[in-house]
Amino acid sequence: MQSIICSHHLCLAPPPTVLCNRLLCHRVPSIRLTNHRSATTSLRLFTCAAASKKSEIMAAAKEDGQDPRIPKIASSIRVIPDFPKPGIMFQDITTLLLDTEAFKDTIDIFVERYKGKGISVVAGVEARGFIFGPPIALAIGAKFVPMRKPKKLPGKVISEEYSLEYGTDKIEMHVGAVEPGERAIIIDDLIATGGTLAAAIRLLERVGVKIVECACVIELPELKGREKLGDAPLFILVTSDAA
Amino acid sequence: MSGNKQDEDPRINGIKTKIRVVPDFPKKGIMFQDITTVLLDPKAFKDTIDLFVERYRDKNISVVAGIEARGFIFGPPIALAIGAKFVPLRKPKKLPGETIFEEYELEYGNDRLEMHVGAVEAGDRALVVDDLIATGGTLCAAINLLERVGAEVVECACVIELPELKGRQRLKGKPLCMLVEYR
Repeated sequence: MQSIICSHHLCLAPPPTVLCNRLLCHRVPSIRLTNHRSATTSLRLFTCAAASKKSEIMAAAKEDGQDPRIPKIASSIRVIPDFPKPGIMFQDITTLLLDTEAFKDTIDIFVERYKGKGISVVAGVEARGFIFGPPIALAIGAKFVPMRKPKKLPGKVISEEYSLEYGTDKIEMHVGAVEPGERAIIIDDLIATGGTLAAAIRLLERVGVKIVECACVIELPELKGREKLGDAPLFILVTSDAA
Repeated sequence: MSGNKQDEDPRINGIKTKIRVVPDFPKKGIMFQDITTVLLDPKAFKDTIDLFVERYRDKNISVVAGIEARGFIFGPPIALAIGAKFVPLRKPKKLPGETIFEEYELEYGNDRLEMHVGAVEAGDRALVVDDLIATGGTLCAAINLLERVGAEVVECACVIELPELKGRQRLKGKPLCMLVEYR
């Protein structure tokens, strides 16, 4: 069953004490609250104001913190059972893309979060990351860097291997696409086990890029992908069951 | 914009200079048109999208169909700006729901392009987007898919055309809009 969302303010630096006025806080691993999913038995919305300023928390609490765009985004995602194999509940975002308001809202939420934060790189993981990444990059004035399966990029590449259920795969990026010191966000439609995102983080960090955040539309929290991301925070709009 | 040199928009040259040509990829003799370098220049990327958006915003386009994978980079920003749905056209077995497919020829053998059933409705006015048109085989398959479900393909839009491969003639009479030619 699909559940909630968490939208909150992005802080540039980790706050010394993080105050969270509700049960869910998806942003900073060090202050993760346990058993938060047991609270999400219904489609209620929470806003986690992971802000260091009390005034910001008061404002969030006052508006009751619900981003009104999220329910429509969540309900526009189609779940397809047993794809690509039995037991998997596949989160199909193509139906979100057919809903012009939901697609626009999805992009707007990410853009509002990342605009004006000195992010110069939006890296998108092939292929569904190519759908969400470029509109965000364009709106915040950042470059878009595609991270691709092997042998797709024509120029000189650097690669990073990651584990699959059986075997390994690789993700590649063009040499020279990014420069040391750049600030990046990494976009994909969904985080499951976190293997691909972790590889993307390693690839960018190898060339001296700072990962400000990973951003996905959907998280499957049972698969604990968040734990593979190291220090990189994760921002998501919708969580769902994996199977 | 569609190869009409005398009224070329000044933004086009900026885009053209950002395209990187990679020789002998994916095999010897091919001069690969790499658009990733355009994406690294926020102004050039924005100009690319703006040129298409300006052309299509008042044409009542309800669907932008983008061909995997580089059509996924250019299609969605256009769709968002003109208020159209975005429909990904994909290689086989990627789309999770019920699909229809169209086969097309490669140099050796065939491939397939798939679309979700129900994504496009009869009467939809569609734009097909890809980064480049070479032989036109993939674009032709895309046009077929859309027409089979009763959509009207208004135009095909590509950043780059390789005119010597005559892809333009394989578009079932549909017009092509491109920004940059490579001869």
